[in-house]
Amino acid sequence: MTATSETLAKRFGYSEKVMDHFKNPRNIGIIEDADITSKVGSVACGDLIKLYLKFDPDKNDQIKDIKFESYGCAANIATSSMMTEMVKGKTIDEARKVTFKDISETLGGLPRIKLHCAVLSRQGLETAFLKYEAKKGRVKIDESFVNKILRGVLDPVQGVDIISAKILESAVVEGKKITFGLNAKADSELAKSLTEDIRDAFEGLDVDLDLKFKG
Amino acid sequence: MSHWIDPEGEGRGLVYLDNAETTRLDPAVLDLIEEFMVDKYGVPAGEFGYGLEEEAGEAIERARETIARRINASPDEVIFTSGGTESNNIAILGAARSSYYKGKRLVTSKIEHRSILRIIDKLTTQGFEETLLDVDREGFVNPPDLKTSLGDARLVSVQHANQEIGTLQDIAAIGDIARDSGILFHCDAVQSFAKEKIDVQAMKIDLLSISSHLIHGPKGVGALYVGDGVKLEPIMEGDDRERGLRPGTPNVVGIVGFAKAVELMTNGDSARMRGLRDKLIESLLAIPDSRLNGPRGERRLCNNVNVSFRYVEGEAILMHLDLKGLVVNTGSACYSQKLEPSHVIRAIGGTLEESHSSTRFSLSKWTTKYELAYAAETVKQVVEKLRAQSPLARKVSQRR
Repeated sequence: MTATSETLAKRFGYSEKVMDHFKNPRNIGIIEDADITSKVGSVACGDLIKLYLKFDPDKNDQIKDIKFESYGCAANIATSSMMTEMVKGKTIDEARKVTFKDISETLGGLPRIKLHCAVLSRQGLETAFLKYEAKKGRVKIDESFVNKILRGVLDPVQGVDIISAKILESAVVEGKKITFGLNAKADSELAKSLTEDIRDAFEGLDVDLDLKFKG
Repeated sequence: MSHWIDPEGEGRGLVYLDNAETTRLDPAVLDLIEEFMVDKYGVPAGEFGYGLEEEAGEAIERARETIARRINASPDEVIFTSGGTESNNIAILGAARSSYYKGKRLVTSKIEHRSILRIIDKLTTQGFEETLLDVDREGFVNPPDLKTSLGDARLVSVQHANQEIGTLQDIAAIGDIARDSGILFHCDAVQSFAKEKIDVQAMKIDLLSISSHLIHGPKGVGALYVGDGVKLEPIMEGDDRERGLRPGTPNVVGIVGFAKAVELMTNGDSARMRGLRDKLIESLLAIPDSRLNGPRGERRLCNNVNVSFRYVEGEAILMHLDLKGLVVNTGSACYSQKLEPSHVIRAIGGTLEESHSSTRFSLSKWTTKYELAYAAETVKQVVEKLRAQSPLARKVSQRR
């Protein structure tokens, strides 16, 4: 073949770095004995990542290893790849200072309509940290915690998290039980998608989820 | 680099399988266009034309005859336009604004081209009501559904072939119902014209939109068939050219090029594309967890293939294929600038996941079996690569 035109990449406004990470993603795959995993985004949205992390407790919880899997577009793959590269070897506190803008800038910028991919990869990291801290008993699973986790659950129609999309009406924590009030029809495609995504978001935590749909 | 394909194929240039988007100009059309641009550059001047003017006038009338013959119309029922979208506008807006027709309802299907849906949507702000017909899992309108929805309708607009999934509607059955009810029938045949048989008499079509650039003709030219006795209100004012429905200096080079392209599309081309299409469908469905969108056989447009691949996303598929010189299209939300998934895959009851990975391959009369073999193998590799990265694919393989 003579043609490696990259015409599409240009049309989308993807930088060379984005294309490099898309073609050869770093840290792709799984960690069998991960300390924590996180899954953010949604299949319905066409934008989902799963992260696997391993920490070194002797070194102030340095990120010893991080890997990701992706279901999504080129920007989804590239931002997750870059994010894992940027935080590997950092402690949780250090890694938290990496913003989605840092990820985008290090990639040489993203097209405006793809910025949400950087936001999602950064949210995946935050969800993983929160779950790890909860598992270690360092943070309490309260309503504030639940709200932070739900920032990684998306409304497939608007492509924003279900709190901003006003789909979440309430999240009440009573002991181990978390009850969600959700503004979606009980047997709808949206409800199906939300059920799967919310269960995935809290997967591995010692909680019981109760999803209540309207109508 | 341009999307050039070697007519001999064999994967030496880009393998261009996006011919439902646009096609490469036929070299014989280019020769004729050049002749009319350089030497025969006149424009028809009405009844007293001579020399250059007469030459252009005659060429346009010959083109009109060629196109009329192809759809079994008479030449004076064909008007030249700037393409499919303009034809749709002249037909639907023209029927809506005509004082000759009374109904306030416009009936169409959920899987029409955006231009149709937007024209009709716009008219709902101007006193009209719309009925959007459901389609089945293969994209077919159910003619009896149409019958019950007609009532006070002014116009029904149903496409011949779908732009994404290639469904060929039973136009004769729809035409029958519309004619029996005394309702105007417009058909958007941009995708199927000169590829599938169209007979405006037998199919009882009142208005038919067609275009040049999907059959290796020049871009920016098309036509609208306006059946004898159909009374449209012009949407543009100017002179009386094209029955007053499309005033202004005619696009002479476009029109002669369009007709030449029509002459160069044969039944043999369609039959050959149909054979290649079925082979490609077979090879793509050999990829596990893949699904054909749209029907099979004679009820599918001869050059359309559309397959969804589970657990992977369409933009990523396209990006990898582009790097390997293969040009296709997708209904993925991530690929659209508005981040909206394909309205067609949604209307046939496909899941959002199916719409995100729906991948369209559209053949041309020059597509070779070598190109398609390369395409099928490349798609298989790319889907496998992306599935190896996808948490959804792993979840399934663990369950098995």
